[in-house]
Amino acid sequence: MSGAGEGPGHGLGGRPTTGARTRSIAEAAWAAAGRDGERNGHGRTRLQWLMARFGRGTVIGIPYIWLLLFFLLPFLIVLKISFAEFRIGLPPYTPLLEWIEGGYLQIKLAFGNFLFLLDDPLYVVAYLNSLKVALVSTLIALLIGYPMAYAIARASPTWRAVYLLLVILPFWTSFLIRVYAWIGILKNNGLINNALISLGLIDSPLPLLNTEVSLYIGIVYSYLPFMVLPLYATLEKMDIALIEAAADLGCRPFKAFLTVTLPLSMPGIVAGSMLVFIPAVGEFVIPDLLGGAGTLMIGKVLWSEFFNNRDWPVASAVAIAMLIFLVIPIVVFQYYQHKHAERAEES
Amino acid sequence: MPDLRPSLVAGIALATATTLATPALADGTLHFYNWSDYIAEDTIPNFEAQTGIDVTYDVYDSNEVLEAKLLAGNTGYDLVVPTGIFMERQVKAGVYQPLDKDKIPNLKTLNPRLMEYLAQLDPGNEHAAIYMWGTTGIGMNVDMVKARLGEDGPLDSYDMFFKPENLAKLADCGVHVLDAPTELLPIALHYLGLDPSSGNREDFRKVEELLMPIRPYITKFHSSEYVNALANGDICLAIGWSGDVLQAADRAAEADNGVTVTYVIPKEGTLLWFDTLAIPTDAPNPDAAHQMINYLLEPEVTASISNYVAYANANDTSKPFLDEEVLNDPRIYPADDVLDRLFPDRASTQAVDRLRTRLWSKFKTGI
Repeated sequence: MSGAGEGPGHGLGGRPTTGARTRSIAEAAWAAAGRDGERNGHGRTRLQWLMARFGRGTVIGIPYIWLLLFFLLPFLIVLKISFAEFRIGLPPYTPLLEWIEGGYLQIKLAFGNFLFLLDDPLYVVAYLNSLKVALVSTLIALLIGYPMAYAIARASPTWRAVYLLLVILPFWTSFLIRVYAWIGILKNNGLINNALISLGLIDSPLPLLNTEVSLYIGIVYSYLPFMVLPLYATLEKMDIALIEAAADLGCRPFKAFLTVTLPLSMPGIVAGSMLVFIPAVGEFVIPDLLGGAGTLMIGKVLWSEFFNNRDWPVASAVAIAMLIFLVIPIVVFQYYQHKHAERAEES
Repeated sequence: MPDLRPSLVAGIALATATTLATPALADGTLHFYNWSDYIAEDTIPNFEAQTGIDVTYDVYDSNEVLEAKLLAGNTGYDLVVPTGIFMERQVKAGVYQPLDKDKIPNLKTLNPRLMEYLAQLDPGNEHAAIYMWGTTGIGMNVDMVKARLGEDGPLDSYDMFFKPENLAKLADCGVHVLDAPTELLPIALHYLGLDPSSGNREDFRKVEELLMPIRPYITKFHSSEYVNALANGDICLAIGWSGDVLQAADRAAEADNGVTVTYVIPKEGTLLWFDTLAIPTDAPNPDAAHQMINYLLEPEVTASISNYVAYANANDTSKPFLDEEVLNDPRIYPADDVLDRLFPDRASTQAVDRLRTRLWSKFKTGI
């Protein structure tokens, strides 16, 4: 996010100044996309214009109400269940609060669910494995997505629209069906294997489906647009004059890319990577359809806690633990990113 | 427990079609939640024509999904089709209302021996009637398996699956296993000569010793993909549900793709399960649900469903209406001596379920 205000000729006033401490990925994406405001030289973004018009409170309030209703409230319900205990009944867990004899309100919090997660290596291993899969997928998506975004950003305006449409087009088909289609492509009797066999390159089908390979193909394929779009937004707004200046000063193209383009596209890289990484950690459908017998991811563990064991409290504890392990590093990361950006601006 | 996801689309299409085709009538609506591909094409339209009740037909793909919905409450469903052991636990949780037996005269037609099995799960048969029943066994691509295990290989035995030296030979052509610990672990226990419903840790250790060596040779744990995979010749072995495998065999025969699929009830005996009709406590229209149960148990109706889905029903009076090839297929209606070797599914406690799920996770992932 350091790039948002660093370019020469861009006033500091161009950056949204709200919620400095809670700068989120959404904001990074916003910053990446909203820089045309800065380039116009007005020094005001659309956000600030809205604020001036409708008042700070309303503009900030709407997303907060949204988060409250659709994030915090469900989170609190899950948190509540994670402290309950299993029982056979409707609902299948015990209440936390109970009036007992003599007018006492009894609060029972079962921490056992969380301790249980540490007891059994299954959960830790599944979590680490999910992180690994998500990390590798994000890197692959970045390696594929960056050149794509770069090419789109440098294409002529007519082609740019076509390319962007091609990136977005798959969303018009259901996610599930697109993942399912990969089964037809990768299976023993599928497109790739049949093509290779008919070309005489192989005798017996390659095991592609239900392997780590097919898992990565599925995740990278599904989340690639989330990498490409923020990257495109940053790269497209980048001033081509900067590269020309670097070339004029005798910088080779590759060096210019490393020292100018790459740092300036950092907000896009961070936003894209987060948008791929976070959903990939909890991914359930893709490992279920394309993964192999031994694919262990936290989403699948959560499923079996909830459905096979029908132990809602432990399932909730897994969900809460996942959220904590995922959110805390990201918040810390964002905090330091922000600090770093502030320091860069001060100097 | 019939074929799942591939036919989900068809099921939804059918459901939509039936809803659209029938105008809402005065007798209200029945919300029927059933396994996908588990009913004949004309069952619902005929019921609607006969009673004037508008049926909303919806499908699911696993007992676990049904149970999660029921436990959350307020599903809006009037009639659901849980498998025996799940129904047992759901009854305890208070999910189902007792059947009003006066409204279902056809209950009397159900086979007493099977209803007695079911009574072990639902004492007095208070809450559920048998819809269909079947077995969990071996589905295979005959030619591929014979090519690898030989003509005189153990093709009628669980040795084919549980012995690592046999399964190793099949690994290259693909092995699918139902992702259902409640079915596979009792079968493994039974194969070892132990009590299928055992909750004993020592017994589970023995099962673990049996399962871990065959783990590397299993391509996938999944409860629905094997139907298409078998039919297309993508895999050569599946531990699956009888009717599903037979449907795969039908599809392969129809496609005429050179694939021959067959279903085997292993000679060691295997799991016998029931899918039951039950009415949730909070059903909005229990009257219509009772009517539907009675209708589904009519000899002709139940026979037409069995003919279509290749699962046996429990209604002896339906036999005259069954197709010859269904009635005489020992894989659908096993002979008495085979029936004696089958064991019914039994409910287990939460603690045992956790042991099972944990062992299952270990079997699947090695951890």
